[in-house]
Parts: sequence; C-alpha cells; structure tokens
Amino acid sequence: MKHLFSNAALLAAALATTSGMAVAPNEKISDGVVKIGVLTDMSGLYSTLGGKGTQVAVEMAVKDFGGTVLGKPIQVIGADHQNKADIASATAREWFDNEKVDMITGLLNSGCALAVQKVAGDKKRITMNTGAASTELTNKASTPYSIHYVYDTYALGKVTGQAVVQTGGKTWFFITADYAFGQSLEQNTTNFVNKLGGKVVGSVRHPLSTADFSSYLLQAQSSGAQIIGLANAGGDTINAIKQAREFGIGQKGQKLVGLLIFDTDIKSLGLNVAQGMQFTSGFYWDRDDATRAWSKRFFDIHKAMPTMDQAGAYSAAMNYLKAIKAAGTDDPDAVMAKLKSMDISDFFAVRGKIRIDGRMVHDMYLMEVKKPSESKGEWDLLKIIKTVPGDEAFMPLSESTSPLVKK
Amino acid sequence: MNRLVWIALIILGLLAPYVVYPVFMMKLLCFALFALAFNLLLGYTGLLSFGHAAFFGSASYITGHLVRNSGLTPELGVLGGTLFAGLLGYVVGSLAIRRQGIYFAMVTLALAQIVYFIALKAPFTGGEDGLQGIPRGFLFGLIDLNRVYVVSGRPLGLNLYYFVFAMFCLGFWIIHRTIHSPFGQVLKGIRENEPRAISLGYRVDRFKLMAFVISAAMAGLAGATKSLVFQLSSLTDVSWHTSGEVVLMTLLGGVGTVLGPLVGAFTVVTLQSKLSSVGSWITVIIGGIFVVCVLVFRRGFVGELARLLKRSL
Repeated sequence: MKHLFSNAALLAAALATTSGMAVAPNEKISDGVVKIGVLTDMSGLYSTLGGKGTQVAVEMAVKDFGGTVLGKPIQVIGADHQNKADIASATAREWFDNEKVDMITGLLNSGCALAVQKVAGDKKRITMNTGAASTELTNKASTPYSIHYVYDTYALGKVTGQAVVQTGGKTWFFITADYAFGQSLEQNTTNFVNKLGGKVVGSVRHPLSTADFSSYLLQAQSSGAQIIGLANAGGDTINAIKQAREFGIGQKGQKLVGLLIFDTDIKSLGLNVAQGMQFTSGFYWDRDDATRAWSKRFFDIHKAMPTMDQAGAYSAAMNYLKAIKAAGTDDPDAVMAKLKSMDISDFFAVRGKIRIDGRMVHDMYLMEVKKPSESKGEWDLLKIIKTVPGDEAFMPLSESTSPLVKK
Repeated sequence: MNRLVWIALIILGLLAPYVVYPVFMMKLLCFALFALAFNLLLGYTGLLSFGHAAFFGSASYITGHLVRNSGLTPELGVLGGTLFAGLLGYVVGSLAIRRQGIYFAMVTLALAQIVYFIALKAPFTGGEDGLQGIPRGFLFGLIDLNRVYVVSGRPLGLNLYYFVFAMFCLGFWIIHRTIHSPFGQVLKGIRENEPRAISLGYRVDRFKLMAFVISAAMAGLAGATKSLVFQLSSLTDVSWHTSGEVVLMTLLGGVGTVLGPLVGAFTVVTLQSKLSSVGSWITVIIGGIFVVCVLVFRRGFVGELARLLKRSL
C-alpha cells in the first residue's frame, strides 16, 4: 500500500513537472506552432526566379533547424499570389486570421509586397521580404514588423548605374515595368546617373508581363541613347533582351543594361545572348565554399541553382527561427528586437545587419556574364567583378523617409 | 416566395460569420450582389453586358479614393462610389442600348476596356499596384468598422460584417423590388418580345436605360463595399476577367431567377478559394464545370431546381 502511494505520488509529481513544462512553452509559442508562409509568384513571369524554389529553400531551412523550435513544430505553407495585389493581401489576411501564420516570406512583386506588408503591419505580424525590390518597403511603407532582406532598387541602381556611367555610358533611355518596382528602379537609377554627370534622355513604360517589346525597343533605339536601361525583371527582361537582339540593338553601339537580373534569366537567355552584361546581385552560388555547398544541396532538390531570392529566403527563415530560439518566444515584438540586434552571418549574407527601418544591409556584388568559352558547366554563368560593402550599396539612414527613423 | 424562406436566409446570413471565416463570407456577399445586379440586366431585360466590371471596379476606386484621400466616412464613400457607377452606367448605357445582341455586348466591352485603361494609367488609381491601404474608418463617424470581437477564441470583425450584410440586403431588396414592380414586368415584356413592347406603346429604350443604370449602380454598390473589406482597389476589379466571371456566376446559378446569381457567386468564389492551391489549373476546372453545366442543366442550379419544384425561385 505504502508502495502504491509513493508510486502514485511520484507519478503525480512527474505529471506535474511534465505538464508544467508543456504549459510554459505554450504561452511562448502562439497557437502551439510556428508557421512560415511563402507567398509569391508561383505560376507567372517571376515563378522561375522565386516560385516553388523559394518554398523549397524555406523547407530546407526548417529541416536544417531541426523541425521544431522551443519544443513546438515548425510548418511551412505556400501560395501563389498570381502577381495580383488583391489576391496577395486577401491570402495574407486569411493566413494571419485563420491559418496561424507567424511570418510571411518570398513576396516577389513590389505591388503585392506593399499590400501584404500593410496587412501584416496592421495585424502585428512579421514579413521578411526576399523577392520584391521597391525602396518604398523600407521607407514610407515600413512598419515595425517589416524586413527587406535581399536587395532593393537603390542598391541595384547605384551599383550598376555607377559601373556603367564610369565606363562611359553617359546617356540613358529606360524601358520600365509600369508598377511600383519598375518606377522605383527607374527613379533610383536616374538619380545616380544624374549625380555622376550622365543624362537620361527618355523613358517608356510597359505593362507587367508584356510579350511584345517591339514598339518600346524601337523608341529606345531611335532615342539615340548609349544605354538602354531595362527597369523590369524576370520574364519581361528575358523577352526584352531576346527581342532587342532581333532588332540588332547591342551591335550598333547602343548597349542594353538589365538593372535586375537573376541567374535563372541568364540560364534561359543563354551565354551567347547575354555575355558581357553587367548587373548587381545579392548572391551568387559559386562565390565561395559555403555558397557552393548549400547551392549543391538546393540543386539536388530543386534541379536548378538558387537565385538570390531563393537563397535569401533560406537565410531569412533560418535567422527568424534562430531569433525565436534566442528570444524564447515567437512574440513578434520580441523576435523583431532580436533580429534587429543580432549579426546576420551565413553563407548568404556577409556582414549582415538588420537596420531600424527593416533594411538588411549586407555585401552586394557587381556581376558579369561569362563568355561561352569561359564557362565550364551548365550553371557556370557569372563572375563577380566587384564586391560592394553593404553600407555603400544601400540607402543610408540619413536619406530614409521611414517613420521608424527618428531624426 | 415563401416568407419563411426569406427569414431563414436572413438568419443564416446573420449567423454565418460565427461559422465561416468572415472576410470570405463578405467576399461572397459582394460577389453575390454583383451577380444579382448583373442578372437584373441579363435575366430580366435580356441584355448581355460584357463590361460590368467597369462599374464594379470604378466604384471601388472612387470609394477607396473618397475614404482614403478625402477622409470621408465609409457610408459616404460607398454612396459616392455607387452614384459614380450609376452615372457611368448612364453614359455607357446610353451609347450601348442603341445596338442589340452581340453589338450591344461589344460596345459594353469596349467601353469597359476604356475604363480599365484609365484605371491603369490615371495617377490616382495607383496603376498596377492599385489603391492600397484604404481605411475602413468609422461608420457614421461612430462605429469602428475595424473593431474585432473575440468569440470562442476566434477574432471576428463583426461590425464590418454586419455593415456589408446590410449593404447586401439593401442591394438585394432594391433589385427584388425592381423585378417585381410594374417596371420589372415591362422589362420582362421587352426581354420576351421587344417589337411587341414597342407596338404596345412602351418607350423601350428608356426602360432599358433605366434597367442599365440600376444594374450598374448595384454593381457599384458591390464594388464599393468590396474595397472596404479588402482595403484595396485593384486592376482585377475592372478587368474583363471580372466581367466574364460575373456572366459565369449568373449562368451557373440560373439566369432569370432571384436566387440563382447568389448560388452561382457562392459556387464560383468558393471553388476559386478552395482550389487556389492547384494554381493555373483552376481556370480549366471552372471552365470544365461550366461546360458540364451548360450541357446537363442549362437553366443553372436554381433554374433546374425551380423547374423540378414547378415554381419560380
């Protein structure tokens, strides 16, 4: 009898401690699960450079982290926003309200990203934007819960613009995708071109996802500008470059400059078409041993080398989970405080730091497309010409119009 | 129809947000009202408009602009959007009703494309990004539409839901009254036999125009309400896809029935949201359902049901 009692007491004590342990993290992790949503273009013109690959990268991060954080499971869900701001914001709203999503990443397409960031800010949830480029995201539209992780139009315009103007490309004509991203990229690049003594002679805007660039290219050709700047991305850039070749642009002195180019774009253009082009990127798979090792693993799953969006999404998810672990909770305020105070350093980000306005500042690279003769493999596409430290590449806080920056 | 059915429907509508995700329910109501408005034209007047998204979308932009930039209260914003859609309906209608059949449809489509182009290019619409961050504000300056009530652990935006539900009921009531008034009888007469209606001394064009304006204004009411729900007006609202979708909703549910568009809108919107994970296949699936529907039950869901019950629904 005595035995039975002491056994029961022991059992009760054990139960109490285990349940006590179970209760404590319950309060720390909302809804008992950490859920990361990948909301991006899964079927449209940007799907090759982001899309499913971004979700694959985030799933890799969760697996590498161990699948649980603070004893609670980590889940990943994905959805296609079809490049429509209304679908993006409605999905984000439903994820926050119904699906217990704690953080959204991906978010290609600035229009969609701005809409989602607004919803997330209202609902006090975190967005870690790896896809979209507009500087608006860290300026007027920034919220205490928004992070812009990989690159932005300021860095693209500055690094590429400087490189081109310094090598003699003084007069510019822009072919611009007519939405937040394209306008922002054109604006930022124009500023740097003007600052360095160059001149913008004109620009033309095309709708997102255009199949026929002939009229825009002819305008650009007849403008007489030395440089035709493509302030667009993904499928639009590929179409424009391919069609420009058919008009003989690039062979008669005029030069085509893609302001935002991803590895996958070069892959689909082919080195013959793209050789010699210079552009800015936040990541290249063949930079060092760490990038090569990670990219190889990504390639084995996804059958394509990662773009900066995809690699960035891995890094973002990984650091988000680290911040939860360090903060001991998934409370957005605590996690954001951790994220903004810790050093971001992994295969993706070199000397990375998240600023008060949500901008993740890290090294950027000026890339050049290799000649076919230089390429040693299917994905051996680019070389790094110059490494630009984050502080030089990104917009300084003194120019920021973010409400979070106190002046 | 039976009074009890109406009461049951209203009670269902009032209780819905406790069961269904409220934002989804509000989306259903907005599209249902849009389809109802469209049905007034197609089902009861026999006019097939291919440009109804122009009214839906432009009202959504106007409301968004009034609430966001001019700081009006939401009910005034919705009123403004609805009036604008009605006015636009008057302009489009006056031009379109001079032609019949396919030419009527083409004129409405062309004019709607002009509206789309304006929405794409005008500075105040935000182009491809749309009008973002529309505040919901305070109804009559008093009731906070953003207010969230926690009911059994779920946060529910009940104030906004009941506002949307009230707008839907208002729109439904106006359309229902129109259909069952002497005016509506004349519309049906025009649908059945226009030359006879003319020979009986009715000024057919006036009736058609009037129906067009009411339909446009109600489509506008739906769009205006939607802009408050999603806090966004975008190009999707004015694109020809939306014009096509509303035709699909009305035909699936049952053209010329009171409840058909409601059922059709619920079906299409639910399918779109449940199937969103399959990506671009969704258009194929909905297209397939449409083909089956046209081949097997041409009167639409409610139309066939009405035939079985031998009464009008």
